[in-house]
Amino acid sequence: MSLMLKDVKLAVEGRPLLKSLSVDVPPGDVVTLMGPSGCGKSSLLAYICGTLDPAFTASGEVTLNGRGLKDLPVETRRVGILFQDDLLFPHMSVGENLGFGLPSAVKGTARHARIAAALREADLEGFADRDPATLSGGQRSRVSLMRVLLSAPEALLLDEPFARLDVTLRQQIRAFVFSHARASGLPVLLVTHDEADAVAAGGPVISL
Amino acid sequence: MAEAIRQVRVPRGAGVGVLAVFPPLTLFLFLMPVLAGLGGVVLPAFGYFPPLGGDVFSLAPWRQMMAEPGVGTAITVSLTTGFGATLLTLVLALAVAAAWHDTKIFAALRRHLAPLLAVPHAAFAIGFAFLAAPSGWMARLLSPWLTGWRRPPDIASVQDEHGLALLIALVCKEIFFLLLMILAALGQVNADKLIAAARGLGYGPVAAWCKVVLPLVYRQIRLPVYAVLAYGLSVVDMAIILGPTTPPTFAVMVLNWFQAPELGLRFQAAVGALLLLLMAIGAIAVWRCGEIALAYTARGVLSNGVRRFADRTVTWMSGALLGLIFLITAASILALVVWSFTDVWRFPAAVPQEFAVSAWRGVMLADPLAVTAGVGIVVTVIALLAVTGCLENELHNGVSPTQRSLVLLYLPLLVPQVSFLSGLQILFVVLNIDGTLLAVMLCHLAFVLPYVFLVLADPYRTLDPRYARTAATLGASPWRIFREVRLPLLMKAILAAAAVGFAVSVGQYLATLLPGAGRVTSVTTDVMNALLNGDRRIVGIYGLIQMALPVTVFMLAVLAPYRPTLRTVPS
Repeated sequence: MSLMLKDVKLAVEGRPLLKSLSVDVPPGDVVTLMGPSGCGKSSLLAYICGTLDPAFTASGEVTLNGRGLKDLPVETRRVGILFQDDLLFPHMSVGENLGFGLPSAVKGTARHARIAAALREADLEGFADRDPATLSGGQRSRVSLMRVLLSAPEALLLDEPFARLDVTLRQQIRAFVFSHARASGLPVLLVTHDEADAVAAGGPVISL
Repeated sequence: MAEAIRQVRVPRGAGVGVLAVFPPLTLFLFLMPVLAGLGGVVLPAFGYFPPLGGDVFSLAPWRQMMAEPGVGTAITVSLTTGFGATLLTLVLALAVAAAWHDTKIFAALRRHLAPLLAVPHAAFAIGFAFLAAPSGWMARLLSPWLTGWRRPPDIASVQDEHGLALLIALVCKEIFFLLLMILAALGQVNADKLIAAARGLGYGPVAAWCKVVLPLVYRQIRLPVYAVLAYGLSVVDMAIILGPTTPPTFAVMVLNWFQAPELGLRFQAAVGALLLLLMAIGAIAVWRCGEIALAYTARGVLSNGVRRFADRTVTWMSGALLGLIFLITAASILALVVWSFTDVWRFPAAVPQEFAVSAWRGVMLADPLAVTAGVGIVVTVIALLAVTGCLENELHNGVSPTQRSLVLLYLPLLVPQVSFLSGLQILFVVLNIDGTLLAVMLCHLAFVLPYVFLVLADPYRTLDPRYARTAATLGASPWRIFREVRLPLLMKAILAAAAVGFAVSVGQYLATLLPGAGRVTSVTTDVMNALLNGDRRIVGIYGLIQMALPVTVFMLAVLAPYRPTLRTVPS
């Protein structure tokens, strides 16, 4: 059970971007892809998610827990992703943002309990009714991660999620994200151009 | 990001203080006609209008108007077409945007919407009538093999008593306006990334759009929706062509009273104009209450975790309906062209028996064309100067626009035209400028200015201020920065604004008819006059000319090879 990439290639307008990449990310592991900007690492994550810009052409197998992802629509792939921006929805409260992530099968008091528990884990108890705009950058990042985890993904992709944070905050959020990612037992794929991210991730590093 | 850009101002250079006169001047130009015009109907509505012998205030005009046969029916039809058309248009526009937002079709729509908007309402309505009338093209295509009709059937497929034809035509015309407004709003709310986040959390395209983008977008398109609502219940030219006749819609009824030879009817006409204004205000108030109620009840749905909204149904239904609207629009335009070159076309032949250009010889086009183009060009240039002045002033003197000023901008589009243009006509008579080009241009400006502002404001405000600052540090004066940096960078937007302004001016019916007082005629007033004459070929010719003028200008503005776009590769 894992996230597997087999012979994935990317090209933009006929120009090859990513030669050939095969990776196996076991559950609970964090694999880091390192490379300068423009090397196609964010596009690779978009390919795994199913949101690749049509200007790109891509080939290769992506399987998640044995399911081939290639022909599935974005929303049925069960691949969670964190971007540089936290992308909390500005018209919903913190609690509503978390509720947005939670599957609809969880109902009533169980729903409230799950959201409260997520807030506790993010050290944000009592923040349910707050407007996300009133939160600090670190708090927003933590809500964003909890929102993804509540949606019960089978893999987690991290697209330079720490790049926008300042240095002290970055270490703190890194620790938070990696400990939760490991604890969730999900295969995690991180792309970054920051050496320190790779070190903190502690897993295998592939240079592109 | 936009906030940050706005906070950083270009350093104040010499001579920019004079720019401060632009906002009050512009406000005066487009608000005065509306306010003065409304003033001009309030007094007569309460019986006071000395030139016609009304010396005392009374409610007699109200009683007189209420006693007029068919008033209740007319008001009902106006309200149902207004609300019905707005509701249908909005729901369909939102469904299309939700289901198709990241498809190639939507991208194509984005590029080709603008010329469609340039088609004047009257020309479209005439084409629509040519298509849907009992003796129209649709009936001819289906007869006699399917319908068995050998002569035009006795059914009211247009000008029906419930205003259905009017309602459908309004939806076909306004959907493109609302779609364009939604597209503009999408760019301002970071929609693509928010949708990507929601899709990543397992949401289907329609559910993601409705829960994440709709609440943000609706705030931005609220005023345009109100404009569609007010327009729908007070439109005159389309209602004359496609609306019911006995009684007509309320706006047409009021216009008829204003134009009646019996001067005594002017008092009840003023009452009607005022009542129409109250109807528009009331309709917008009711709509707002509906918004609030819906937002309140739907709040819980946002975070209940439901990830599917009948995606497939919404996609196919909205796609099919939009396709149908495209088909109707294209067929209406084609019908206009075909009929203007027809000589003989007996029912139920599918195509004309004989084509001819003979009808064109009987049409006196030179004068109205010159007036239409002349007024359009002068008004557009004035509007461009005024709006550019306002936006430069914003930039240099640090005044940011507020939400309230945006409402002012929409005022000429929210107040029913009959309500203030009729009052304004009285004022023009007093000033002795009625029936002049000046009066016509003043009225056109009230409509052209807001549109030019709306088109130009966003590109202007989002232009990276660092270009100007760099130029300034290189020693360029404010005037030179404007001329050599900002103007070239914004030329595409300025051309688009000019095309929109011109199209709006060409399409004006009431704003030409009333201040023109029969002495200034444009292509648009001639279109409506030709309707009375009843010769379809003549109507077709005028409709075609009315449409060709703005659409040509639009094509030129859009296709102008002003600055080759540099292709960039997404990373």
